[in-house]
Amino acid sequence: MSIPEAAPTSKREVEQVETVTIRFVGDSGDGMQVIGSEFTKASALAGNDLSTFPDFPAEIRAPAGSLAGVSGYQVHLGGRTVYTPGDAPDVLVAMNPAALKTNIQDLRLGGMLIVNSGAFNEANLEKALYKKNPLEDDALKKNYRVVPVEMNTLTQHALEGSGLSSKEVARCKNYFALGMLYFLYGRPTEPQVQSIRAKFTKKPEFADANIKVFQAGHAFAETSELFVNTYRVPAAKLRPGLYRNVTGNQATALGLAAAAKLSGRQVFLGSYPITPATEILQESSYFKEMNVVTYQAEDEIAGIGSAIGASFGGAIGCTTTSGPGLALKSEMIGLAVILELPLVVVNVQRGGPSTGMPTKTEQADLLMALFGRHGEAPMPVLAAKSPGDCFYSAMEAVRIAIKWMTPVLLLTDGYLGFGSEPFRIPEEGELQPFAVKYQTTPNYEGGKFMPYLRDAKLIRPWAVPGTPGLEHRVGGLEKDSLSGMVSYDGMNHEKMVKTRAQKIANVVEDVPDLEVFGPAKGEVLLLSWGGTFGSVRASAEALHGKSVAHAHLRWLNPMPRNTGEVLRSYRKVLVPEVNNGQLALYVRAMFPGIDPLQHNRINGKALNISEIVAKVNELLG
Amino acid sequence: MSTTNGTTAAAALPTYTKKDFESGVDPRWCPGCGDFSIINQVQKLLPSIGVARENIVFISGIGCSSRFPYYMNNYGMHTLHGRAPSFASGLKLSRPELQLWVVTGDGDALAIGGNHFIHTMRRNLDIKMLMFNNRIYGLTKGQVSPTSELGKKTKTTPYGSADYPFNPPALALGAGATFVARSVDLEGAHMGVVLKSAAEHRGSTFVEIYQNCPVFNDGAYTFLTEKAVKAEAQLRMEEGKPLLFGKDNRKGIRFNSQSAELEVVTLGEKGAVEKDVLVHNPRRDDPTIAFMLANLSNRPGFPTPIGIFRAVKLPTCDDLNWKVINSAKAKHGDVSLRKFLSSADTWTVE
Ligand SMILES: Cc1ncc(C[n+]2csc(CCOP(=O)(O)OP(=O)(O)O)c2C)c(N)n1
Ligand code: SF4
Ligand SMILES: [Mg+2]
Repeated sequence: MSIPEAAPTSKREVEQVETVTIRFVGDSGDGMQVIGSEFTKASALAGNDLSTFPDFPAEIRAPAGSLAGVSGYQVHLGGRTVYTPGDAPDVLVAMNPAALKTNIQDLRLGGMLIVNSGAFNEANLEKALYKKNPLEDDALKKNYRVVPVEMNTLTQHALEGSGLSSKEVARCKNYFALGMLYFLYGRPTEPQVQSIRAKFTKKPEFADANIKVFQAGHAFAETSELFVNTYRVPAAKLRPGLYRNVTGNQATALGLAAAAKLSGRQVFLGSYPITPATEILQESSYFKEMNVVTYQAEDEIAGIGSAIGASFGGAIGCTTTSGPGLALKSEMIGLAVILELPLVVVNVQRGGPSTGMPTKTEQADLLMALFGRHGEAPMPVLAAKSPGDCFYSAMEAVRIAIKWMTPVLLLTDGYLGFGSEPFRIPEEGELQPFAVKYQTTPNYEGGKFMPYLRDAKLIRPWAVPGTPGLEHRVGGLEKDSLSGMVSYDGMNHEKMVKTRAQKIANVVEDVPDLEVFGPAKGEVLLLSWGGTFGSVRASAEALHGKSVAHAHLRWLNPMPRNTGEVLRSYRKVLVPEVNNGQLALYVRAMFPGIDPLQHNRINGKALNISEIVAKVNELLG
Repeated sequence: MSTTNGTTAAAALPTYTKKDFESGVDPRWCPGCGDFSIINQVQKLLPSIGVARENIVFISGIGCSSRFPYYMNNYGMHTLHGRAPSFASGLKLSRPELQLWVVTGDGDALAIGGNHFIHTMRRNLDIKMLMFNNRIYGLTKGQVSPTSELGKKTKTTPYGSADYPFNPPALALGAGATFVARSVDLEGAHMGVVLKSAAEHRGSTFVEIYQNCPVFNDGAYTFLTEKAVKAEAQLRMEEGKPLLFGKDNRKGIRFNSQSAELEVVTLGEKGAVEKDVLVHNPRRDDPTIAFMLANLSNRPGFPTPIGIFRAVKLPTCDDLNWKVINSAKAKHGDVSLRKFLSSADTWTVE
């Protein structure tokens, strides 16, 4: 690979790139999340489609400069649809040796490394366990386009006479890096200046300092001869409308609140903090005027219990958690199944078992979601496919829970929960309201109320406390098929088990058919579910022209009616998953005769597009 | 009927009788079980508390005691072992206008449900908890419970229990309950008075009811209920009255300011007179004296207090929450979905 030499500024060219992936890495205190999201905002304003992913250190306060303290933010922007935060960065901005060490192996060969060479002093090198300065290593220069910048000194110069302490000055250097990138990608500086002012309204001296440093970075990139070219990412063709950025967890919270509005009912969210689900509870606790009541319970069991209690009272009970919490909730979910009350359980999957890898993503709770309860306890299970889709999935989970009087399990994951993408805000009236009807009159002869008397779809009525004449008792003991009173009759139990199962099977009427991207018949079908949608769809696009199609399952239970038919239309089915093969196992059980091939990575990260493409090419032979 | 927060229309209440609170399902407790007398008192009480039948909800866990809601003609939930307080907490926060009663057993509340118990008490949610204490696991047929006495022989402690029991009112007080009381299944009239006060209290309400299980722990409370010993064994706490007990109320509880302990005095002996005796005041903010009284239970040489240990007014968790919710609603008015979703940095794509 030939790496161009630096060119004089006069000869600099503007290079059009369709997509670019940039990763900002530094110490937790270096403000990488800040500049990452600022650059993202600027790219959104420039009309790019994008997808981002932050990478927080597992420790809250790891020692400064240490390998454990590295914090990162990756953004993938494009002039066309962007499905993932990107496999390998094209540009790596590294603020210190530890950040370089933990991230350099991900940088695409030939990619650009902008590095704060000023941080490569002896102490920092030692903390990063470098024996010698890697910037002096020829291999680095051979493999990447290395742009060393003395950001520490340049920032100090920019702030000479500002009166800020040296510590405060050092804190501004992230804006130096940001300024350089603004120049490189031709972003207008004025909105950023405004944004800094807005951010530091209470501390104008910091606003001034950061603006100065930002502008210094911009000017430096322009005048220095370190950069061969500048780059332009064209605007993507996005659906017109008003946009905002959302993380998956924000979107889930917004979706639940939207469901409160659309149904005219209170959403009651009872949860217990757990990474990576906590933000949903945090966000929701600001939505009081939207008829969202939040409750941080004493543990996960009490969280879901409070939600079921609220559902008995006519609210939309919801609880949000991650793997260990879902395990604790399983007895309660079984209760919700037998009570037949609406309930939404959101499980933001993380690496397991046990405490596992709390900040890393995984898809290994699928089988627990489908089967992880004692007794025969089926329930609808769906999974969100992107950060923005968490909004629609949360709303859909509520709609199904209310309509069918059942708990619904929504699976998202850490990758979706923390990742973000532009979200088109639906127009007023675009989202369909869903009516909720409570039973207010007796439904049985003699003016009686039978809480388990079902309609043709097998749905039971929802009568809530405060309704005179419909006083009734519900409970976890098997119940008489009409009155709901305790019944130990074996035949009644069998009938109830089958009725509950049939009711959930009936939910299929609300499950759209599986859509296929690519040829309707052929060699290889990529089958995905949940957060791997982006990687798999991008792989399928990369394989365009070959006999490869992609189908994505949003509904895991019930599965779309045409699932078997779709699967049988291809010679091979490949299921890429961030687990050890759970959907593959499920498909084998549900569609005898189909034996999907597997592509499994369980490394805490989203699937790599290039690996999927390689695997498919191997199958195509 | 109101479905979210809001006040239930103050329609004139029907005149209820005890029968209006009977579900018509015959209780399945063993003959002679103390639970019968408790449900009898509750059903007698409810017609008089001024709350519509449909606005009362009984929530229980699992145990003999927890079958209670099935026999009441109110809204009811029979839930999971130990978890009743969690359902009640959610329902109360969601619909604060409802009156919530939790019915639980000693194992249900204090073993598997211990965590929910203390948190419900500390939050001061307006929930009334009746704990039927038979000092045994009834439903599972006779295992040791967290209130079984040290040395108690049960099916799982054939050589005698080697662990110390909870003192439930002391635990509730320690956890911050604003109403703590105790009564006894066989003392119907006393229980009726205590239950009425519990019904009137707003906040976390804990009533321990000593309940005999004639099948697995018969006679657990004869030390307190037998005619011959009753006067000496019971200390009936009544607000504003001196803590007197014994035959002809000859004995009293005195606070010894030297040792900072409670002690028993006999009036007329060693110069003890009635004005030395502690006057019962359950309304002290400081729960220390209530705690000392609770700790007299089962202590050799002391009577067992029954009645109300503590009844203090404190803003409830549900009230505090709804104050915030209502002010947010008043401030923002009816927010359209689009406006709500747009409250962030936005940009327009043409
Ligand atoms: C999760 C769970 N664990 C254990 C049980 C079994 N179990 C049912 S009731 C009970 C103890 C009941 O004792 P207590 O709460 O004192 O109620 P009592 O029957 O004495 O009124 C136990 C252990 C259960 N139902 N659920
Ligand atoms: S086992 Fe004991 S507590 Fe349970 S119903 Fe029988 S007598 Fe009552
Ligand atoms: Mg018991």
